[in-house]
Amino acid sequence: MSDIKEIKKQYLKSYELFENRLNGERFSSINSLRKEALNKFSDLSFPTVKDEEWKYTSIAPLLEHNFVPSLDKKTLTKDHVKNFLFENLESNIVVVINGHFSQELTSLNKIPKGVEISSFAKAISTNSPWVEKHFSKYTDFSNHIFTSLSTAFTKDGVLIHIPEGKIVEQPVHILFITSSENEKFLIQPRNLFVAEKNSQATIIEHFVNINSGVYFTNTVTEIVVGENAIIDHLRLQEESKSAFHIGRMDIDLERTANFTSHFISLGASLTRNDFNAKFNDEGGECTLNGLFLTDGNQHFDVHTLIDHAKPHCNSHEHYKGILNDASRGVFNGKVIVQPDAQKTNAFQENNNIILSKEALVNTKPQLEIFADDVKCSHGATIGQLDNDAMFYLKSRGIGEENARAILIHAFASDVIKSVKVKPVRNYIEEILADKFNQPEESI
Amino acid sequence: MLEIKNLHANIDGKKILKGINLKINAGEIHAIMGPNGSGKSTLAQVLAGREEYEVTKGEIIYEGKNLLEMPPEDRAREGVFLAFQYPVEIPGVSSTNLLKTALNEIRKHRGLEQVDAMEFLTLIKEKTKLVELDQQLLSRSVNEGFSGGEKKRNEIFQMAVLEPKLAILDETDSGLDIDALRIVAKGVNTLKSKENAVIVVTHYQRLLDYLIPDFVHVLYNGKIVKSGGKKLAFELEEKGYDWIKEDKNELVIN
Repeated sequence: MSDIKEIKKQYLKSYELFENRLNGERFSSINSLRKEALNKFSDLSFPTVKDEEWKYTSIAPLLEHNFVPSLDKKTLTKDHVKNFLFENLESNIVVVINGHFSQELTSLNKIPKGVEISSFAKAISTNSPWVEKHFSKYTDFSNHIFTSLSTAFTKDGVLIHIPEGKIVEQPVHILFITSSENEKFLIQPRNLFVAEKNSQATIIEHFVNINSGVYFTNTVTEIVVGENAIIDHLRLQEESKSAFHIGRMDIDLERTANFTSHFISLGASLTRNDFNAKFNDEGGECTLNGLFLTDGNQHFDVHTLIDHAKPHCNSHEHYKGILNDASRGVFNGKVIVQPDAQKTNAFQENNNIILSKEALVNTKPQLEIFADDVKCSHGATIGQLDNDAMFYLKSRGIGEENARAILIHAFASDVIKSVKVKPVRNYIEEILADKFNQPEESI
Repeated sequence: MLEIKNLHANIDGKKILKGINLKINAGEIHAIMGPNGSGKSTLAQVLAGREEYEVTKGEIIYEGKNLLEMPPEDRAREGVFLAFQYPVEIPGVSSTNLLKTALNEIRKHRGLEQVDAMEFLTLIKEKTKLVELDQQLLSRSVNEGFSGGEKKRNEIFQMAVLEPKLAILDETDSGLDIDALRIVAKGVNTLKSKENAVIVVTHYQRLLDYLIPDFVHVLYNGKIVKSGGKKLAFELEEKGYDWIKEDKNELVIN
């Protein structure tokens, strides 16, 4: 236990360094929040498997390292960025390096007048009204130690504000690039996306790395989907295989707001994700889909919460996991239908395929319904590749590897197909093909 | 083409095949008949290479090669085709994708060039006509939501595309109405040549009205107990299998 205390001390100590760098910002309006969050961080204990919410995910491996905040900006070139772009996708590119917004590498092609896509640090220093109005309003840090850590260290990230009626045609592709050598960085991008009434945008959060080893990404994104606004959100997690990724996303849905999210998780040795969506008015629509692929000793955990606080809202959730080797997966999906939320439709499904004897999945779909006129369903499956289907494919001359690849692809296909941005869909298909379709030995 | 010698096979420790001997030459159609549970489907599955069946004794020589040593995909690439009694539904995999992959793997094995998209489409079009299969079914997931008749026709369609040397039809006629039965038989007859052979596993004589066998074998209790020409099938239809069973029992007693 003393080790863990020591680790906490290190984080608290690094806050002093962080604070010294704040300069004038120290007096900004959010600094009191930082302080409050820091106190919370100091009070809270790191979760153990005795905590219900962390029952199947031990963060002990994370606490073995002494991560230091990445305080200095790092520069990269356009060539570095090019490698991470999707083929045939015209997009607005936003680059964040080690948690710092890079103005040089950010290129916004086609955004309507009035739309703001900028550095979160800049938004803080210029007293952005959006930060004032929305920051930390949807993400409660009081019971989540990593959220309190993020909030305490709030410095940079991405702010997107789409004014009423504006439509951003090209997707906003945000690259969170980690570039570290031997430093064990703590990287904490903090993001806020606000879509006002009748606006529309596609936002891609893409976590990548350049030859980086052990580092810790702790990211929080708050999303406000205003009345009748439409947000198509994608998150691709391609961190280094030795990295730690803790991601949180809180979504506020207003009247007849429409939010769709696809989470594709591939990297990191340990990843924990908390996605919370709340219907704060009637008629909203929310889709949370995800696909995770794990191998080696990777550990994946997603906890989702969809809060039907108001009537006439629809939610759809579909997560699929493909686990190989000794990897582990955790799905915990909670749907709450509050007493007022009549005429709710809530559907949730989690399917997992285990490709090896050592892989393990813990899945826990939870429905809590307090209204009586609702349609809800949930289900979870864990299985292996279908032997009959394997034999059928082989009996047609298709080799073992190809047959496996075909079946794995088929398993993932419904989640992939629901990704609306075609170049991203193609990219995911390619990843699957590369991963499971090793070229046969030439004869 | 195919020689089965004293074949014994088990599943889950249960003896199913108890010494099958069978010789098939190119250009021949063999019908294998017999009551339920006699081992007909097991024989078909063992030929295709289903791993769940354990061959405990005997050998299968196919085109001079030891078939039992080949994994199922190699058997298919060498020209063995099984039309499944219960075709498997594979959600998320289109028939077109399955067939194109299969065809190209088989061609690669035989040292032939891959077919391009255009050639493949032409081939598919031609072969769907043969079994009167709605081409739209091909863009759907394999066998998913197909009617029983469509599933069986789809098997024959796959056979038509892959052009096997040895086709094994495992109760392809079961559950088919007379029109579908004619279509299936027509398909097989069109594909039939001097270079290939067909094993028709069936319970009924019905299909054999359209698909004339050169030999009929009766399988009972894991052994071929009677072989003959086409007439044997009629005899079976008339008398049922009981007389075979009685014969067999007498043999055992004696």
